[in-house]
Amino acid sequence: MDSSLVSTMAGQANEAREAHLSVRVLRRLSKTFSIEAAFDAPSGFTMLVGPSGGGKTTLLNCVAGLVRPDAGRIALGSRVLFDSASNVNLSAAERHLGYLFQNLALFPHLTIEQNVQYGITKVPRDERRTRMMALLESFHIADLLARKPNEISGGQRQRAALARSLVTNPSLLLLDEPLVALDMSAKARILDDLRSWNASHGIPILYVTHSPEEAFALGERVVVIESGRIVAQGTPQNVLTKPRHETIAQWVGFENVFDATVRSLSDSQGTMLCQLDGSSVELEVPLVRTETGARVRIAIRAGDIMVATERPHGLSARNAFQGKLVSLRNEGVTVTLTIESGATFEVHVTPSARDELGLVAGRRVWLVIKTYSCNLIEPDR
Amino acid sequence: MDWSAVFLTLRLALAVCVILLILGMPIASWLSFTRWRWKFFVESIVALPLVLPPTVLGFYVLVAMGPSSPLGRWYSSFAGHGLAFTFPGLLIASVIYSLPFAVQPMAAAFSQVDRNLINASSILGASRMRTFFRIVLPLSIGGVITGIVLSFAHTLGEFGVVLMVGGNIPGVTRTISIAIYDHVQALDYGGANRLALLLMAFSFITLSITYALNRRIWAVWPLHR
Repeated sequence: MDSSLVSTMAGQANEAREAHLSVRVLRRLSKTFSIEAAFDAPSGFTMLVGPSGGGKTTLLNCVAGLVRPDAGRIALGSRVLFDSASNVNLSAAERHLGYLFQNLALFPHLTIEQNVQYGITKVPRDERRTRMMALLESFHIADLLARKPNEISGGQRQRAALARSLVTNPSLLLLDEPLVALDMSAKARILDDLRSWNASHGIPILYVTHSPEEAFALGERVVVIESGRIVAQGTPQNVLTKPRHETIAQWVGFENVFDATVRSLSDSQGTMLCQLDGSSVELEVPLVRTETGARVRIAIRAGDIMVATERPHGLSARNAFQGKLVSLRNEGVTVTLTIESGATFEVHVTPSARDELGLVAGRRVWLVIKTYSCNLIEPDR
Repeated sequence: MDWSAVFLTLRLALAVCVILLILGMPIASWLSFTRWRWKFFVESIVALPLVLPPTVLGFYVLVAMGPSSPLGRWYSSFAGHGLAFTFPGLLIASVIYSLPFAVQPMAAAFSQVDRNLINASSILGASRMRTFFRIVLPLSIGGVITGIVLSFAHTLGEFGVVLMVGGNIPGVTRTISIAIYDHVQALDYGGANRLALLLMAFSFITLSITYALNRRIWAVWPLHR
C-alpha cells in the first residue's frame, strides 16, 4: 500500500477518534459562585445556552485553556486537554482548537490575509496559500485579502475571523455568542457556510448563546446552564419542548405555568388528575408522580390551548372547562386572550378565529387542552 | 563649546536607551501580564528613582560598586579597577535612574492591548514570544518609543547621580550638566549658557515628539491588569 495513503488513513482514524469532546469541570469563581458542569459534545453543533452571567463563557474558556479549572477532566477523543488527577493542562496554544470570540479579536494592524494565515505559519508557503484561498472562497471574502479589519463590513469581519479559526483545521471549534451584531439572514448565511464546512470535517462545535430561539434553531444538542450548573441537556426538542425546569419553560414561551396538587392517578392510562391552585379546574396531565397530594407545576403554551364558544364534543382532548374571557389584546397577527376560571389562562388565537367566534370581553367560553400539551416541570431549587 | 562633554552625554544617553530597550521591555511586559500578588513590590522598586533624591540613589549605587561589595569586587577582579568614577559605572547608575521612565510607558501601553487579541494569538498556536513580537509590540509601539525617548531626555539632564557615581573626569564622566556646573563655579556664565541652551532645546524637541506620539505618558501604573 502506498505510504501516503497509509498516513492519510491514519489521519482520518485520528480525526474520527478525536471527534468527541467530553467535559467535566469544577471552577470556583467566588465564595458563593462556582461552575460545576459535565457534558459531552459529539461532532456537530452543541449549544451552551442560558441566562447571562450563568457561566457559559467561563466554561468555554476552560475548554479553550484560557481559564484553568480547579478540578475535572477535559478530553477531545483520546487526547486529554486537562486532567486535574494526572496534572495535565495543555496550554491554549497546544490544544489546537478554533475560538471565535464575541468581539472577533481580529488583529487590527494586520491585513485579512495576514490574519487568516496567522495560525498556519509552519505550513509550507504554497499549501498555506491554497488552504487560505479555498477557505476564503467558500466564505465569500477572497477579494478582501489586502484590507485591514476596520476597512470591511461587520459581516465580512465575522467571516474573516471564522476563516482564521478554521484554516488551522482545528479539532474543536468554540463560538462565544458569535454573530450577535448581525441580522438573522446574514447570520443564517454564515452558519450555512460553517455547516457545509463541517460536513466534511465533522468536528464538535460548541456554540454559546443566551438566545433560546438560536439554541433551538441551530443546535443538534442543547446544554442549558444556569448559575454555573447544567439544568438540562439533550436534543433541542427534548430540552425545550418538554422542559423539566422552570427557567427553560419561561424562556421557550410557556405563557401558562400553574402550581397544582395531584388528586388522582391512573396508571393504566398513564395520566393523572391535578387541581390547579385557587381554582376548581382539574387537568388531566401525563403521569409523573406516584402519590396523590403531591405538588406539581404544569406549563402550557398559549398556542396549545383551544377556545370554543359551546361545550365541545367528539374531541380527543381530555380537558374542557369553562371560563370567562376577561380581555383581548392584539400583538401583530396574534390575538392574546386572557381567560379567568379560578386560574388565569393566556391563549393565543388568530384574528380570524376571534372574528368568527365573536370573541369579546365578558363572554363565557370553553377552554380545550390536550393531555400532552400539559408539560410537567420541576420548580426551581 | 565643550564638545567632549556633549559627545560623552550623547554616548551615555544612547547606551542607556539601548540597555533600557532590552531590559525594560521584559520587565514592562512581565508587570503588565503577571497575576503574581506581590508584583507591587517590583513596581515600587522600579518606580523608586522617581521619588528618591538623586544623591540617595547615587550614594547606594556608589556603595554597591565599591570594593566592599560583591559587585565591585567581581568587576575589579577582571577589570583591574573599581566601577566607581568610570563610564561603565556611570552607565549602570544611569540605567537604574531612568528605569521607571522606560518601564512605565511601556507597561501602560502593553496592558492596553485587548486581552482577547493575546488569547486569540495563543489559540492560533503562537508562543508567548511570537504573540509579543507580532501582536503586543506592534500595537503598543507608541508606548515603547515614548519610554525610550523619555529615558534619553532624562539621561541628558541627570546631575546628582552623575556627580555621586561618576565624579567629574573630562571625557570619561563629565557630562553636559556637570560641565554647566563647572562653568558657573568658574563664573563663566557665557559657557554655561551655551550648554544650557543646547540641553534645553534638545529636551524640548524630544518631549514635543513624545507628546505628539502619545498623550498618556505620565499615566501612573496601568489600572487595567
